[in-house]
Amino acid sequence: MSDPLVELDNVVKRFGEFTAVQPMNLEIHKGEFLALMGSSGCGKTTTLRMLAGLEKPSEGEVRLAGRVMNDVSASDRDTPMVWQTLALFPFLNVRENVEFGLKMRGMAASERRAKALDWLDRLGIGEFAERDVALLSGGQRQRVALARALVTEPEILLLDEPLSALDAHLVIRMQGVLTKLQRELGITFVYVTHSQSEAFAMADRVVIMSNGVVEQVGAPRDIYRAPANRFVAEFVGRNNILTGKIKSSSQKEIKVETSAGNFTVPKGKGTTATTGDQLSFVIAADLVSLTGSKPKTENAVACEVISEEFVGSVVTLYLEAPDGTEFKAQVQQRDLDKVNAEAGKTLWVNWATKHAHVLPEARA
Amino acid sequence: MMNERAIRLFLRLYVGCIFVFVFAPIIASMIFSFNSDRFPTIPLGSFTWHWYETVYNDPDVWDALRTSVIVGVSTAILSTFIGFCTAYSDFRYNFRFKGAYLALALLPPTIPLVIMALAMLAWFSRIGVSGQVWSIVMAHTVMCSPFAMAIIRLRLQQMDSNLEAAAWNLGANQWRTMREIVLPFAKPGIISALCLTAAVSFDEFAVAWFVSGLNKTIPVVVLEIVTGNIDPQVNAIGTFVFITSMTLVIIAQIVIMTQEKKEKQPA
Repeated sequence: MSDPLVELDNVVKRFGEFTAVQPMNLEIHKGEFLALMGSSGCGKTTTLRMLAGLEKPSEGEVRLAGRVMNDVSASDRDTPMVWQTLALFPFLNVRENVEFGLKMRGMAASERRAKALDWLDRLGIGEFAERDVALLSGGQRQRVALARALVTEPEILLLDEPLSALDAHLVIRMQGVLTKLQRELGITFVYVTHSQSEAFAMADRVVIMSNGVVEQVGAPRDIYRAPANRFVAEFVGRNNILTGKIKSSSQKEIKVETSAGNFTVPKGKGTTATTGDQLSFVIAADLVSLTGSKPKTENAVACEVISEEFVGSVVTLYLEAPDGTEFKAQVQQRDLDKVNAEAGKTLWVNWATKHAHVLPEARA
Repeated sequence: MMNERAIRLFLRLYVGCIFVFVFAPIIASMIFSFNSDRFPTIPLGSFTWHWYETVYNDPDVWDALRTSVIVGVSTAILSTFIGFCTAYSDFRYNFRFKGAYLALALLPPTIPLVIMALAMLAWFSRIGVSGQVWSIVMAHTVMCSPFAMAIIRLRLQQMDSNLEAAAWNLGANQWRTMREIVLPFAKPGIISALCLTAAVSFDEFAVAWFVSGLNKTIPVVVLEIVTGNIDPQVNAIGTFVFITSMTLVIIAQIVIMTQEKKEKQPA
């Protein structure tokens, strides 16, 4: 990775008594697609607004390309944003909307017109240049908002839940448009969303926030496979979380006793495992196998099938162990055809020891 | 089913009656302005332009019209400006005692006109500005600003609060944003406010009568004519004033409705 384009250095944001962002440290690299993810009120939008200069940090420094930005006003930054409400100017037509940023920079009318039209063409809405914004569909307006933000050719683009108002099928299409655009332009995207599927589908790195705290920063795959703590494991969903007491440990493995049964988990390097201590671990739902009879692996529980959720070729099964522990298993439809998975039937939930991921206990 | 139809018929009749009740006097006055008889009696006499000619040849009426127009236009501009500033401060800022601030800003129309007029007269004579055209303008501005504010506030409430931030984000400073975004957005509201405040000022009698001195406005002249004798000239002037005011109000309405229609087009 190259030099960081954006640095948040112990940034805190308070609104009166309320602390929206706790001391936050983050580096965003040039050309990176970074997603800030969390539920509403977690501080992700506030963080984005601080980058745009719409909120001033209460403490700490925001640096853009090495320059401290705390006191630089929003209009003097080159950090265009795509808004959740799009915030297109209703009294201007499509082209005039796109030209706005260039006009504020004092570019000549003919030049900015050419540039705006070029960007509209690039986003596939050139034919609507002279239309009223109100006459466009949701997806088309989205593209106008993108063109308006990108026309000044910034190094960074901020996106605040831009797809939340769109229909599901349009979301997928716009995701494609955004990732392609980001790769072609090679500029940094900072993308705020509450949607895990959006963040995981597009971002190089995801920042998971809750209550103003960064819970984990990492590639989508790492966050999914190796959640840093229980919050992330639960937030990401599609995870089975088990908690129990350590019975014994060897050099490579730990044996854990949970209410659902006894399991073996891998022992990380340099970790201590004191017998009797509490330990939590997760197994991603897609790493779980289901068999009709008791398998040979150590980690197996006989569970009752509760329900299934069918999404195309992948099925999520919800199962329950005798002690009440819930299990989720994400399997291919064709694998499921081999076993009887009707509700009420018993299946063995099992997984390889290496697939269990031990959670650090600190925040459990 | 029958019942429903009966109710609907009744409601229509009811609305019709109310319109008749409201507009009958005005229409009667319009009709009598073209009637040759001096007294408003039925059967009518013959059709005549006589009363309009009398009005046209009366220099007092022309003076009053000039005063009314000056007052109306100045009042419209001043009160719309003040109304816009108040509405914008409400839209944009949150501050302590904002409720009280807004209540005060909206207060003038709730004060009985005669009391307001007397207070204005007393105040203006004390500070030495009574009996001038500008006294009427000031008094009318006080009365009209709340209307202008209410209209413009309604418009600003329809504005996406991110719109200004979006303009800053694209490099517009505060003043530029005001000029390029807020004013264009509020334009329909501003135009309606101009028309309506002009109409209110043009029609207003009580305050104008108290503070106008020798600078009579149209309504003041009308009163002077009717206190002297019965003169269908008044009907002619009334018809003219009514049409002027209605035109202003209708323009305001059209401006607002066109805008709404334009913005409500399918998403």
